[in-house]
Amino acid sequence: MSAQAIDRFAATLPAETRASVYQSTKTTHEKRTRLLFDQFPDPDRLRTLAGEIKQHAIENLDTYLPQAEARLRANGAQVHWAGTAEAACAHVLRIMRERGATKMVKAKTMVSEEIELADYLGRHGMEALETDLGEFIIQIDHDHPSHIVRPIIHKNRREIATSFEREGLGAYNDDPATITRRARHHLRHKYLAADVGLTGANFLSAESGRIALVTNEGNSRFSVAATRCHIVLVGIEKIVPRDRDLGILLNLLGRSATAQDLTVYTEFISGPRDPAQPDGPEEMHVIFVDNGRTEVLAGECREILRCIRCGACLNVCPIYRQASGHAYRSVYPGPVGAVLSPLLLKENFPQKADLPKASSLCGACHEVCPVNIPIPDLLLRLRARAKEENVPSPGTPPMAPWALLASQPTAWRAALVAGRALNVLPTRLIPVPALQAWTASRELPAWRGGEFRRWLKARRRPAPPAAR
Amino acid sequence: MTDDRESILSRVRGALAPLHERAPLPTYDSEIAVLRGLLAGRDLAELLAERMRRVNGLALTSPAAVVAHLRAGGHRHGYCDPALWPDLAPHFADGFTVETSFDRTRVDDYAFGITRAAGAIAESGTIILHDRTTASRLAALAPWVHIAVVSRADIFGDVTQAVAALGDDRNVVWCTGPSKTADVEGILIEGVHGPGEQLALIVP
Ligand code: SF4
Repeated sequence: MSAQAIDRFAATLPAETRASVYQSTKTTHEKRTRLLFDQFPDPDRLRTLAGEIKQHAIENLDTYLPQAEARLRANGAQVHWAGTAEAACAHVLRIMRERGATKMVKAKTMVSEEIELADYLGRHGMEALETDLGEFIIQIDHDHPSHIVRPIIHKNRREIATSFEREGLGAYNDDPATITRRARHHLRHKYLAADVGLTGANFLSAESGRIALVTNEGNSRFSVAATRCHIVLVGIEKIVPRDRDLGILLNLLGRSATAQDLTVYTEFISGPRDPAQPDGPEEMHVIFVDNGRTEVLAGECREILRCIRCGACLNVCPIYRQASGHAYRSVYPGPVGAVLSPLLLKENFPQKADLPKASSLCGACHEVCPVNIPIPDLLLRLRARAKEENVPSPGTPPMAPWALLASQPTAWRAALVAGRALNVLPTRLIPVPALQAWTASRELPAWRGGEFRRWLKARRRPAPPAAR
Repeated sequence: MTDDRESILSRVRGALAPLHERAPLPTYDSEIAVLRGLLAGRDLAELLAERMRRVNGLALTSPAAVVAHLRAGGHRHGYCDPALWPDLAPHFADGFTVETSFDRTRVDDYAFGITRAAGAIAESGTIILHDRTTASRLAALAPWVHIAVVSRADIFGDVTQAVAALGDDRNVVWCTGPSKTADVEGILIEGVHGPGEQLALIVP
């Protein structure tokens, strides 16, 4: 093995996928920038403010979690706490069994992917159906999402049409409007037949116990209009102190995620349905999920817990654009995933210690992040941790020969001259394994060694007397 | 039943104990998130209509216009909140079938649903639904066309005002345009699970 895992995954990416990922991430990123900067007088302050609000919230979880719990209970919801993925799945199963339920509709929740809930329920004889169009396609294909906001960014219409045909959703037709109509028709009857609706939460207000949930498709609305029981999976870091903070965060979320002023549907749910309302849940369960978050809180990368899962850092990341999401091998890809995924593995951190290295540290992710997370700094902290834990780093050239060379002026000068050979020799003829690995998927820039030294020498010459 | 409440909270306390000081809650004026340039001097109903158009919604100001819209789209069978029906019925001439209860076993029969909105947000072109004032969640969601009846006085200027007025309703839904997806190759398609057309009927 001479390359990082992420490089090996990226190397197998079809050119077509790479092109479509690149194009759509770029378009979303550009629209987002225009929206934020044309509309707000001080968009950057908005972003740092949102970061301060979330940082305060996570550093006061000991106050806010019990407060949110109390509010939710007062609103008629039941609250459960799950330390691990297994515990969270077990809560869901128990709630379903207690109601004699067998069918669940899921509106997109990343936590449910993180804890692999659908598989767990399947093994226990329950049906758990994804309802977001992209997630539904992922489910019927036994695939994995490759983007936080656009789960099937890696698929084209022909692949989707083939899957629909295979699943008996009509004859092959790759018109996106037809695909969507067919999903609409198929899924609405699934909602109506389901016993339980499961959603995530984008935010949870400690002040009111209100969860805020955003979708464009309306699948979470349908899940809580058609079923009698609503289960919410919420990562403990989703807390915000007050309702008014939602005004700031919601304004940033839609713009950062999909370049919309607001996502089409924003739902604020604080309990079971109103007594006068004929449709929707008579029972609401909220499961607070830890699953490694308290360890992240205890460590030196706790800023990542501010993340509102907008995907903007993926869209702007030169590595994500080239590698696409699967190369990150986890539910959370891109820059946020490069920090969060290894951390959530706790003691198995080395398995994904390559991710923090998959960055040029260009800083674009920090610049776009609506909660101002200094992702490059966090990546460096994780690289240092990998070094301290002696995690092997295949494909990285050793630094010792470099240090030796750089400390010997004569050798250095000779190397600079020899380096010119790089401009004429084909790189595959140069017998340096690290260089071979590096150039397998990249090109070397033209050698310009020695220019700085020439510049410096020229500068040292006495300047001509200044004109008076 | 095992519950991890105490262990999670003790891990949280343990994680936070070493912090010398905790990040303070910033004080701020919500004005920072308001599109003041857009709102200045505008009639809110007019601005709402303009901003709804921007997200492919449609605001109308007379029941006759709503009926004409439905007729043009071939939407002849629908649902109407029983409390709104007495006022609207005279505008629906022959050729329409309007029910005042929603039968979920015939969900595909309803091409339109008319329900009350609790308010709207001009800045973003958003309709606000409350559980208390929505006669049926499904009727406001499942039909292809949703018509929300909004009183002019209930239109907020901006998002932060609407957040401040969330109140104690248990299920508040903000609808900003029709249901949509761009999951297939980034191409925008409307009407995924919810309405393919989002209308507002603005009444005095
Ligand atoms: S880290 Fe920031 S930019 Fe990336 S998904 Fe999270 S909130 Fe968005």
